[in-house]
Amino acid sequence: MDYRTVLTTCAYCGCGCGLYLEVLDGRVVNTIPCKTTPVNEGKLCVKGWNIHEFIHSPNRLTRPLIRKNGALTEASWEEALDYTAGRLWEIKEKHGSDSLAFLASAKVTNEENYLIQKFARAAVGTNNVDHCARL
Amino acid sequence: MNEKVKAKVKELLASGRIKGFWGLRTMQGNIGPFLFSSPDDLDELVVGDRERPGDTRYPLNKLLVNLARCYPEEVFGVLVRGCDERGLKTLYSWNQLNPEKVVPVGIACPQELAEACECLKPFPDEFVAGEKAEGSEFVSVANVESLSLESRLEHWLDQFAKCIKCYGCRDICPVCFCKECTLEKDDFIHTGDLPPENPIFHLTRAVHMAGRCIDCGLCNEACPADIPLRTLYKKVADIIDEEFHYRPGYGDPKEKSPLNILGEAPKH
Repeated sequence: MDYRTVLTTCAYCGCGCGLYLEVLDGRVVNTIPCKTTPVNEGKLCVKGWNIHEFIHSPNRLTRPLIRKNGALTEASWEEALDYTAGRLWEIKEKHGSDSLAFLASAKVTNEENYLIQKFARAAVGTNNVDHCARL
Repeated sequence: MNEKVKAKVKELLASGRIKGFWGLRTMQGNIGPFLFSSPDDLDELVVGDRERPGDTRYPLNKLLVNLARCYPEEVFGVLVRGCDERGLKTLYSWNQLNPEKVVPVGIACPQELAEACECLKPFPDEFVAGEKAEGSEFVSVANVESLSLESRLEHWLDQFAKCIKCYGCRDICPVCFCKECTLEKDDFIHTGDLPPENPIFHLTRAVHMAGRCIDCGLCNEACPADIPLRTLYKKVADIIDEEFHYRPGYGDPKEKSPLNILGEAPKH
């Protein structure tokens, strides 16, 4: 029997609520809000309460997928990145920089969010940057 | 208080009487639930009095139930206050825990906490630390009842309208153990509404707390909208006591909840 309570931060939005994940024999089985984290003081929203559910979900993406002939098909990272960069370039050339938009994420670090806005503004040339909550 | 609890838990773990002990521990500057499995881990055990008595209580019984379902043959210890012990007894009577597999280690709450909680019995039957405090009346219930019926309804409708439907009151509740929950069934509640159907959503939960709620107040503490749920459920408990002379967790755990048996209807 291996049971642990692991203190972590909710990854659903940018609030940063503190919570404990209950881990039983290597599987995350439950969520308990942390009473002493100042952001949430023992409270959570419905998403936070259920954050353990997505961790072992069979619906999680584990490989890049590209839609080919209408069906999502597994692809290598190299192929997926080449395809995405190529299409971004094409759209920008054809329709202009403001035809593209970039959605940052609450699930990544500040530094990664900095990079995506820098990429949007400096590399692509658009101010169309928004948050994943408005997806 | 911590030292007396540590000594007791150390003895239980060292003797092999229990496989693990559900308590609270300081971890990375925060206090949270922890399953102690070795007498050497006990240095950071705390009872949940951080800045004020009882300000960091967690639903340890609920964690115990979840673990006991996976390891039904093991014996676990658990830190209990008066409310937690009522929770254990209620879980025994609803067959959610086997009393032979649970070793409670009791602490008595100080007067300050007993009054803040309006707790009728702020101590378990047996405790290793703390002093027995006086039970406190349900002042919050009396305050709401002093309002006219119309203002009382308005008060609760206003409170329920704040709900963000996080289900936190249910999720943290030590005696909410149903596999299927009415609050998620479209046949009973319009589950897509926010705020949830008012007052049906909260009154449904209140009715389900009848004969079950052990007045621990964790729902109240977990509510992001500060809805005084504890006051509502205290009133529900009063009604059950008046009608059936039963308060969950105060009597013999072998006694069934009156709503769990078919008997005579109350006479009016």
